[in-house]
Amino acid sequence: MSAYQNMDQMTGDFYTQKFEAAKQDGTLIINMGPQHPSTHGVLRIVIEVDGEYIVRAEPVLGYLHRMHEKMGEVQTWGGFIPNMGRVDYGHAMAWNWAYVGAVEKLMGIEVPERAQYLRVIMTELNRLTSHLLWWGAYILDLGAFTPIMYAFDDREMLLDILQRPSASRLTYSNFRVGGVQMDMDDKCIELIKAFIPHFRDRLPMYHDLVTENIILRRRIEDIGIIDQDMCRRYGCTGPVLRGAGVAYDVRRSEPYSVYDRFDFEIPTQDSACSAGRYHVRIAEMEQSLRIIEQALEQLPGAEGSHIVDKAPKPAMKPPVGEAYFAVEGARGKIGIYVASDGTKTPYRVKLRAPGFSNMNAFAEAATGTILADAVAILGSLDLIIPELDR
Amino acid sequence: MNALRKHVIQPILDCWSLLVGLKITGKYFCKPLITVHYPRQVIDSENLSTYGGHVELVGMPKDPAMPKCISCMMCVTNCPSNCLKVVKSKPPATTPEQEQAWKEAEERGEKVVRPKAPKQPTKFMYDYTLCSLCGTCIDNCPVNTLRFSSNIYWVATSRKEMHIDLLARLREQAAEVSASAPKPEARPAAAQKEA
Amino acid sequence: MNEFIQNLIPLVVAVVGSMAWLAVNALVLVYCERKFAGHIQRRPGPFEVGPHGVLQTLIDGLKLMGKQLLTPDNADRFLYWLAPILSMIPVLLLFMPIPYGPVLTGMEVDLGLLLILAFSSFNGLALILAGWGSNNKWGILGAARAVAQTVAYEIPLLLTVLAIAFMTGTLNLTEITAQQAGHIGNWFIWKQPLAFIIFIVAMFGETNRAPFDLAEAESELTAGFHTEYSSMGFGLFFMAEYGYMVVICSICSVLFLGGFHGPIPGIEGWWWMLIKTYALLFLMIWARWTFPRVRFDQLLNINWKWLLPLATFNLLATALIMKL
Ligand code: SF4
Ligand code: SF4
Repeated sequence: MSAYQNMDQMTGDFYTQKFEAAKQDGTLIINMGPQHPSTHGVLRIVIEVDGEYIVRAEPVLGYLHRMHEKMGEVQTWGGFIPNMGRVDYGHAMAWNWAYVGAVEKLMGIEVPERAQYLRVIMTELNRLTSHLLWWGAYILDLGAFTPIMYAFDDREMLLDILQRPSASRLTYSNFRVGGVQMDMDDKCIELIKAFIPHFRDRLPMYHDLVTENIILRRRIEDIGIIDQDMCRRYGCTGPVLRGAGVAYDVRRSEPYSVYDRFDFEIPTQDSACSAGRYHVRIAEMEQSLRIIEQALEQLPGAEGSHIVDKAPKPAMKPPVGEAYFAVEGARGKIGIYVASDGTKTPYRVKLRAPGFSNMNAFAEAATGTILADAVAILGSLDLIIPELDR
Repeated sequence: MNALRKHVIQPILDCWSLLVGLKITGKYFCKPLITVHYPRQVIDSENLSTYGGHVELVGMPKDPAMPKCISCMMCVTNCPSNCLKVVKSKPPATTPEQEQAWKEAEERGEKVVRPKAPKQPTKFMYDYTLCSLCGTCIDNCPVNTLRFSSNIYWVATSRKEMHIDLLARLREQAAEVSASAPKPEARPAAAQKEA
Repeated sequence: MNEFIQNLIPLVVAVVGSMAWLAVNALVLVYCERKFAGHIQRRPGPFEVGPHGVLQTLIDGLKLMGKQLLTPDNADRFLYWLAPILSMIPVLLLFMPIPYGPVLTGMEVDLGLLLILAFSSFNGLALILAGWGSNNKWGILGAARAVAQTVAYEIPLLLTVLAIAFMTGTLNLTEITAQQAGHIGNWFIWKQPLAFIIFIVAMFGETNRAPFDLAEAESELTAGFHTEYSSMGFGLFFMAEYGYMVVICSICSVLFLGGFHGPIPGIEGWWWMLIKTYALLFLMIWARWTFPRVRFDQLLNINWKWLLPLATFNLLATALIMKL
């Protein structure tokens, strides 16, 4: 007999026990995660189910806590940039941008035009890879195995493009205070120009194969309502908020960099359900393509002016003060607050992760649905676990 | 009419969407494969050459086995992950007589030129297990002697093997280039050999 | 006594034959499925073991056999190990009454259809035992799903089969095949198109295959009823799943596609049966790699609200036409 035989009275850890205290009769408490196929990593959700109906759900975080904020307090200002690529592997460039944006604001650095445009192009391309990753994984959660492969086919092309100006394929850390690390060469621009029509041709296929598919529509329509009120209460942003009908996009409402020069729409959906968020993301991909097209057309400056002259060294010493900079990431509003005490290391770096706020809406949205819907809702929030835990 | 639409036509359209899905996967079934079948095929060298692998040294144009490095330590101090280790050269050994002579000369008020340490480092160690491939070292090198390699076909079975002696690597590369002298494509050849 | 032995020998041969047939089929089908899936996704699928990876499934099977048999803590050992066996054994019996060729019939049974339907219900029992016995919450959820699903989908399946039985006046599969002899126009698919469609849909439900693979739905229930199974316990479930697929596709081709009769008169033989069965199997595989999974309540809704009324209607219409 094993040592675990008589552990009936003390099963589960702190969270389960706490959760169990309010257990109703005849229900079952199950742990979804930290090793569950559809929590995409190590998110753990304790769920109380009555049959298949979810009575209560509670996310438990901390399985991927990497102390990014604390690391910010020991790294040099420039040395913290690689951390940004690791916070959200899906849309690393946006995090890069939020951080260097905050530091630039603090130091009052004017970024060259060309660098601004390069940042826009790369961030939008990265947004495409992020949405493609989400799309494939979401459909995989819903049980279709093939679409993710088609999504990765396109994503692979994007990664091949992005590795040219950034030398990375996933955890980009190529933004620098004052510009970007490398310039884009003509070949890269050519590749992007070739990719845009290619991807436009692929989108109808995605639409026919998945979006129009009746099984998928029945799975996501009217499931997981996160309405405007809930978004306000939880601080949801990004596609979750836009899926609830609020056209809030940092690129439009607090335009940073050169985003005010582009003509693009903020797709919204009024349904506030998983399908709404799904359609918002699909429509966003098209808008990203539009932005990239315009940015490529307007791309100014000579090659090589991708960073300010005399760019600050990594061990720079920004003046005493504080700054906050927000950008629109693939998952919502990324905000970074930095405080400087005039030394080589930041005094405080606070990361506002959109996924964290979005995830908290899950418990409420999932209550009363069935287990399969929980997967559909969780997927529609597009969570990246390292971002939640930071 | 509405009821007919809702209960008969709509379900039929719904089922049609399933057939459309089958058609698409069927179409892709007939298309050629797109994956690269690694040991038998490799990615085209154009794509490979833009891959950002580990950091490596660049040789001098005249002497490809020697880095341009001047041991300034900029890369070491700025690396956020502490994965570079550069050991400066020591000045050449001097005999006591020489020291004596210089000292006397200095006392006489003459200007003395003592032999300086060579600028090249004696050791340039790089720990790939720690590197976050951020490129900070590359940006901050005053003589541009660092770059990302395109060394994609590289595996190691232990952490130790991931500690690369970049000077030795540069010498090896230089030897390979000179061995296949007329070939300008030095790096892909090196990469393939390592694979 | 002599007669008994005379009957026994062909039976033993048939059982051994169907065991071999099942094993070969499982190997071939798994390989086909993986290759097919690979090509749909534009990758080669298994490639390394043997030319084009043909030996991959064999090796995987050997690997499964070589693994340790693990029983989870607090599991009901008896039920836990009974389940995969119970899932596997009936499959062998199911092959008996299916006429694969003019002489290639394991055992001509007058109530062949009934036998198949009866024994295939064992699978539901096996799944619930597996889920229950493994002392795993996901397993229990999977088992509950499996039972509701197999029970529900058996009914439309039965009703469509009944419609054929009405038409032919027999439950003997050899007899049913014989009535479809001749040319392609004699196949029952033309006389019973609705029944054919219902049968196809119910076929997915009955065999737990995507898009109706809710009992194992790996993105929801990790692996459903076989979450805890490893090594050959899992292997048996796996084999049984493919076995049921082969059986049900064979029955479908017997009932609707003329069994071993060719589309034009004169050519008949087991290869026709094989071609038809595999065509249906490929349809199942194709659907699996295309569609998302339906939700559980939707699955039951499809059954109770669509398949059942349609099947009943079909049965009544058949009866009416037969009467006239
Ligand atoms: S790439 Fe970054 S982490 Fe790697 S050695 Fe250079 S500075 Fe250090
Ligand atoms: S920064 Fe360049 S020159 Fe200075 S030590 Fe590093 S490699 Fe050598």
